[in-house]
Amino acid sequence: MVQKLTQWTETASQTAGPYVHIGCIPTFAGIEGVYPEDLGLSPISIAAKGQVITITGSLFDGTGWAIRDAMIESWQADGAGLYAGQVGADPNVSGFCRFAADKDTGEFILKTIKPGPVKNRDGKMMAPHISLWIVARGINIGLSTRVYFDDEDNSADPLLVRIEQGPRVDSLIAKKTAAWQYRFDIRLQGQGETVFLDL
Amino acid sequence: MSDHSSLMPRRREMHPEPYWTDYKTSLTRSPNLPLLSMESTVSEETGPRFGHNLLGSLDNNLILNYSQGKELAIGERIRVHGCVLDETGRGVPHTLVEIWQANAGGRYRHVKDTYFAPLDPNFGGCGRTITDENGFYEFMTIRPGAYPWPNRANDWRPMHIHFSIFGHAFGQRLISQMYFQGDPLIDLCPIAATVRDRSQLDALVAPLDIQQSRGMDYLAYKFDIVLRGRRQTMFENKPEGM
Repeated sequence: MVQKLTQWTETASQTAGPYVHIGCIPTFAGIEGVYPEDLGLSPISIAAKGQVITITGSLFDGTGWAIRDAMIESWQADGAGLYAGQVGADPNVSGFCRFAADKDTGEFILKTIKPGPVKNRDGKMMAPHISLWIVARGINIGLSTRVYFDDEDNSADPLLVRIEQGPRVDSLIAKKTAAWQYRFDIRLQGQGETVFLDL
Repeated sequence: MSDHSSLMPRRREMHPEPYWTDYKTSLTRSPNLPLLSMESTVSEETGPRFGHNLLGSLDNNLILNYSQGKELAIGERIRVHGCVLDETGRGVPHTLVEIWQANAGGRYRHVKDTYFAPLDPNFGGCGRTITDENGFYEFMTIRPGAYPWPNRANDWRPMHIHFSIFGHAFGQRLISQMYFQGDPLIDLCPIAATVRDRSQLDALVAPLDIQQSRGMDYLAYKFDIVLRGRRQTMFENKPEGM
């Protein structure tokens, strides 16, 4: 016999379902007046340091259909690469945003500032990126991915270099469409499937 | 201890199958390819924090929060309480817990719910709270009704409350559902069945907590939630390979 390891097991995930908005973005569901405003309306306030950018995209299922009922959360560093709560972080960057796929078109929009490169614990630098967490009906455990930018140097990013199939790296890189505008489509399954993360 | 040590890897076998034939929508929304696994980075080890000043006084009372205290929602009055812990067994203090649910008739207040059970004019169906310094939380609500849903021709959701929990790191983010002890629909539900490990499914079923119930007022149900833990070591910040 050996000593007993006392460990708990993480609670099992369950799908957020089609009505996730009721709990997370009540005004999207048509519920007004319970809270003064929805949580995570914007990751920045007006005085945030850095370049304001807009990322637009859709989430496609395995048939190529843009799904209409997803909720996405984003988490990012400030313009200098520091996360809220870290010493010296920009007080005008909460870094957290919640947004939904449009219920008619499926398109989502994230307006934020471009994050700076982030130093990891081991001292290695990660290229500027925004973490996304995606939940919806039919997604039994939330999907994690990252948005990188095609006008940054991503060549030494420690996560991107782990992707064996070179062309798949593209699925994590937002494409510049105009000044400070990017396109980032997410493919849940099949042709061009987005790289999802287990970190 | 640094709050930014690495997260314990997620034990995916303890979570639902992403692709589950009996849950039809999952078939086109689950990745075909393996996830990219690596040790968590600072991007997953940090996360948004929310202060108690976020909360209004009725936010965790779904019986009253839609009418802002003017009228009571219809249904069996219940109190749901529990602890948010992590895999090391420690309480997770000051973390946001959000819930949403159907009304007593099994109808959601959502632009897209068209089930013919009536809306309750005094029930919105959302609530939130923040755990105390020990990880404890509680809600007052009504027991949600079971309801039919379009999957196979005669599928019913067991009574359930949706939970969303943040923890202190974005990599701990979790959404799940709480079921009720004794509900025979649990074992018929294709969504509950996505969790293949029986003890993990059992852990989603809240027991009646009669000693925490209050006579002539409400029944209590206890629902503890476990989030991913962090490794506890002083060797965390060494250069790679050293």
